[in-house]
Amino acid sequence: MLQWEGYKMANLGNIYRKNGTVHGESEEKANLSNIYRKYGTVIALFVLVLIISIMNSKFLSMYNILNVFRQVSINGLIAFGMTFVILTGGIDLSVGAILALTGMVLGLMVASGTPDLIAIPLVLLLGALLGWFNGVLISKVKLQAFIVTLATMTMFSGITMIISDGIPAMGITENSPILNFFSQGDILGIPFPMIILLVVFALLLIILQKTVFGRGVYAIGGNEEVARLSSLPTDRIKTSVYIISGVMSALAGVILTSRLSSSQPTAGAGFELDAIAAVVIGGTSLAGGKGRLFGTLIGVLIIGVLNNGLNIIGVSAFYQQFIKGLVILLAVILDRKSSR
Amino acid sequence: MSGICKSFGAVQVLKDAGIHVKEKEIHALMGENGAGKSTLMKILTGVYTKDTGDIEINGELFELTSIKDSENKKIAFIHQELNVLNEMSIVDNMFLGKEKKNKLGLIDKKAMVKIAKEKLQMLGLDIDPSTLIKDISIGSRQLVEIAKALLMDAELIIMDEPTAALTDKEIALLFKIIRELRDKGVSFVYISHRMEEIFDICDEITIMRDGAYIGQKTIKETSFDEIVSMMVGYDLDERFPRIEISPGETILSVKDLSQKGKFENVSFDVRKGEILGFSGLMGSGRTEVMHAIFGSTKFDSGEIHISGKKVNISSPIVAKRMGLGFITEDRKNEGLILDFSVRDNMALPSLSSFANNKLIEDRSIRSMVEEFIGKLKVKTASQEISVGKLSGGNQQKIVIAKWLITNPKILILDEPTRGVDVGAKKEIYEIINQLKKAGVAIIIVSSELPEILGICDRIAVMHEKKLVKIFNRDESTQESVMQYAAVGGI
Repeated sequence: MLQWEGYKMANLGNIYRKNGTVHGESEEKANLSNIYRKYGTVIALFVLVLIISIMNSKFLSMYNILNVFRQVSINGLIAFGMTFVILTGGIDLSVGAILALTGMVLGLMVASGTPDLIAIPLVLLLGALLGWFNGVLISKVKLQAFIVTLATMTMFSGITMIISDGIPAMGITENSPILNFFSQGDILGIPFPMIILLVVFALLLIILQKTVFGRGVYAIGGNEEVARLSSLPTDRIKTSVYIISGVMSALAGVILTSRLSSSQPTAGAGFELDAIAAVVIGGTSLAGGKGRLFGTLIGVLIIGVLNNGLNIIGVSAFYQQFIKGLVILLAVILDRKSSR
Repeated sequence: MSGICKSFGAVQVLKDAGIHVKEKEIHALMGENGAGKSTLMKILTGVYTKDTGDIEINGELFELTSIKDSENKKIAFIHQELNVLNEMSIVDNMFLGKEKKNKLGLIDKKAMVKIAKEKLQMLGLDIDPSTLIKDISIGSRQLVEIAKALLMDAELIIMDEPTAALTDKEIALLFKIIRELRDKGVSFVYISHRMEEIFDICDEITIMRDGAYIGQKTIKETSFDEIVSMMVGYDLDERFPRIEISPGETILSVKDLSQKGKFENVSFDVRKGEILGFSGLMGSGRTEVMHAIFGSTKFDSGEIHISGKKVNISSPIVAKRMGLGFITEDRKNEGLILDFSVRDNMALPSLSSFANNKLIEDRSIRSMVEEFIGKLKVKTASQEISVGKLSGGNQQKIVIAKWLITNPKILILDEPTRGVDVGAKKEIYEIINQLKKAGVAIIIVSSELPEILGICDRIAVMHEKKLVKIFNRDESTQESVMQYAAVGGI
């Protein structure tokens, strides 16, 4: 550090003292709106759970709660990856297609006798590779994320169709104990998909909050040029978030393949929208730079509780869709109000 | 306007503020950042509503409650960040929200273009009104804003720091136009930090401090010192503090640096404990050279040596590792993430040095930031406040602190005091001097000649992409530097 001893600046401070500089802005608003801002989504989730459990007490049974977590694990993992991407100001539309492609490759490999112990790491690597492809086009070739991932979404879906001939790979968990464990297994009664979800969440949370990389993700979303001139490796960070998104999609692909005991070539369609919805409900700004992974977890749970709860209380699928859309809209409106 | 008071929440921003502008007058409004100039003008233009006080226009009391009200009273406000849409044409910008319509209720482009052309020609601007804003210079955009004001027959035009981004030539043209309009009966409120300009163009001056009206002077009867002491509330003894030390060995050596279209064969050395100034007109290539040295843009040929060794600075990441720091010219787009907190901004370039086993230690960041807030006298309520809410001077100090935390050996400062008030300016000079004393090699790019002459040890002058002359401090005068900057030689 610089040697500041002996500097005669102390006097200057007194001479130049003037009144506070924060003009035109009232100090941090009342505490109530601060609380809302921090925990608004949690409160919303709580209210939702309350309403549904009043309408049907079965909702709050341990069995059903674990079931909700099992159901949200796939959207959750994808949404976590999507959070990184969106925080940099980007978007990844190819997540569903990566899920389908990696799931199909896994299914075909296992069906042709490759041990799942080898196949699973390989498809995770494939997810990373597909994400890297997105990332390089966006960070190095400097194309828009929306367009790149829209194109690769279509490309990856095409590859899935080519390698599968449009036919599902069936019965693949029979001789694959590890793969089977991904959806059916549990540890101390907790479903394995839920454990994956929470462990990955903790890991990504640490990466996002406590590493230089994580701070860089926020900084790029805040202002990429400032981040670059502050000597952050912006290109590398941007590529990396798409790799993370790719790996998360592949991991979700493994879980889905395991759950269905088969690989569906059309799996994953529309998953990108659910993931983006969860991120947005969780309060992350689509412009980048602002948001939290915890918010995304809550966003994922809100969507999961809605899906599960509306089923339990017997709301028809058509209404469910409408209500889901409405909730997204409400979340964004509330978020905007509280950040004013 | 008199006795204007305005509070935001518990903070009283204006107390008994006012300004009295006569017809056919260019009236300067001066005060340090945060003195309340902008708030007062926003009240006059109906953006904010006053709490108490009177606004009289042509002798009649008025309540201005909306921007429309103010427009009806023929008051126009030209903001520092020009209010033009870059992707739209000049004519569309001029008529935005006031489009001329034909009988069918459709937009009458032809009529609009005709009027636009007229108004532009009045300002001596001979360009096709269908040109897109992004394709014309900042100076011309400024004039488009004036043309827009003329369109509504403005009788009072408020200009906030109109020359901040203009070249000297454009400034001269702008001033000529302002004077012509004044003689035709338009009055101006002219907000600027540049004292020389105020003395050049204004007739009257009103000074504000801490939200209050301090006094009004006739420019011809006042002096620089008087205005400054009214602004800061005490006498500012020395505008450019300087310390004399003998510089150490050469640390940065730039040889024949060239980039096509940007700069040619630029060579210079900087020694430890030395301040090298870079003077020149806007667009002479100074900023581009600095970006090339810092690795944020590429160059075609030439060499950079640091401590005698040839280095390849391929990116800002490498530059930081080599001990370089770069305080960029454009605070809002290159220096700070305005939504981010003081702390997050300050720690940005040095994050990795706060990581222990890859995990960032927030506690050490917090104490480091606290230390620098104290050292640089940053006036902020806390580390968590977003920097966008601070005044220009405090923002600039945060950009400086960002790089001081990285402990640079070579520090480049591009326009370090632009948009910064007089008091904070001097504080920044003090900081620079202390760095000099600590043996840091410093490069300052500045368009303010008095500043360059006041604090630098040597002065490099650029003219049309070339470095034409390096003066020693004792052989440089305002005239000689200007001569080289303007024509490249004697």
